Amino acid sequence: MAELTPSQTVGPFFHLGLTWPRVPATVGSVTLSGQVLDGGGAAVPDALLELWQADAAGGPQPRGGLQRMAVDADGRFSFSIVKPGAAGSAAPHLVLAVFARGLLRQVHTRIYFPEDSALHASDSVLQRVPAARRATLLAQRDGAGLRFDIHLQGPQETVFFDV
Amino acid sequence: MTSYRPVPAGTHPLNHSPAYRSTALRAPQLPAIRLPAFALEYAGPQVGAAQLQPGGADLTAGGKAQGQRILIHGRISDEQNRPVAHSLVEIWQANAAGRYRHDGDQHDAPLDPHFSGAGRVLTNANGEYEFLSIEPGAYPWGNHANAWRPKHVHFSLFGPAWASRLVTQMYFEGDPLLPLDPIFMSVPDAAARQRLVAPFDLSRTQAGFALAWRFDIVLRGPEDTPFESAPHG
Repeated sequence: MAELTPSQTVGPFFHLGLTWPRVPATVGSVTLSGQVLDGGGAAVPDALLELWQADAAGGPQPRGGLQRMAVDADGRFSFSIVKPGAAGSAAPHLVLAVFARGLLRQVHTRIYFPEDSALHASDSVLQRVPAARRATLLAQRDGAGLRFDIHLQGPQETVFFDV
Repeated sequence: MTSYRPVPAGTHPLNHSPAYRSTALRAPQLPAIRLPAFALEYAGPQVGAAQLQPGGADLTAGGKAQGQRILIHGRISDEQNRPVAHSLVEIWQANAAGRYRHDGDQHDAPLDPHFSGAGRVLTNANGEYEFLSIEPGAYPWGNHANAWRPKHVHFSLFGPAWASRLVTQMYFEGDPLLPLDPIFMSVPDAAARQRLVAPFDLSRTQAGFALAWRFDIVLRGPEDTPFESAPHG
């Protein structure tokens, strides 16, 4: 058994090495936007987000479906996504990792869709989350798109997963 | 079904590490919730050629960058010692003077037009990678009085699944700043911390051209694969 290499923070200068092209909007895609906030409610201007998702049938995409984006100076981001399908009892969701200066290891969360409340009742991951905190994992409708804010800390702290 | 064993305690830093001041308002305070083994996070993705850039193995513009030329190389494997093959490796670092090619870096040290500061390669079939770079300088930062980051190179790795994703930093054997650095020291287990320190590698130096450092990396991987269940004598 080989011993794991530890994590270290991505630091403030990751744009130099980790910038990828933006994934453009396509037919059927929706805009998922939001903001990353710290425990004082201030925007986090130097976070890096990675988003991955299943395909339209709910299956993993071994070599696709991955997006990466640095937030802007106000901590804001905007992805174009195509909603994934449900897989078995798992409700459609996106997986999201947040990297930043001040995070020594990335944090993992998930984004669920507001119209799927019936499926959420049977989703085995959501059922592990205390009911009072599940709302932090739900995107909100925002015009024609979706909004999902990430609270790293504070009274609205987003649910993070031990992956 | 494959499964990932939990990460041994002490391997990764706790996000709440007060000596590193930027963690104060950013580290989540509530416990993370464990995912079931069939979660999407254990099913991929594998990230390779789609994100590759031409020329990404040489950060020195053909050796013209200022500073000590170094080969940075190593092998990436998973916990079962299987190579992480054809997988994306991204690095970025300060130049020889301790300055990043980044608008946010205000350190009063010179930029080097011949040093790109970032590289991107794929591992080969054996999980091996190499970059030609220069030895980065240490640089001051505002964490505490007279704080200096030890020389380091940032690394970004993928591996077989979302769960194996790793961003880390490579340090250099013998750097006197290491025990003074709250980011390096944030790794609780001393043996784990030492795995971030690359040894000097005489065997891979290039006579008359470059020194060499070896940084091997171990990522999380599934515990079972049907391919390994064949009986052996």
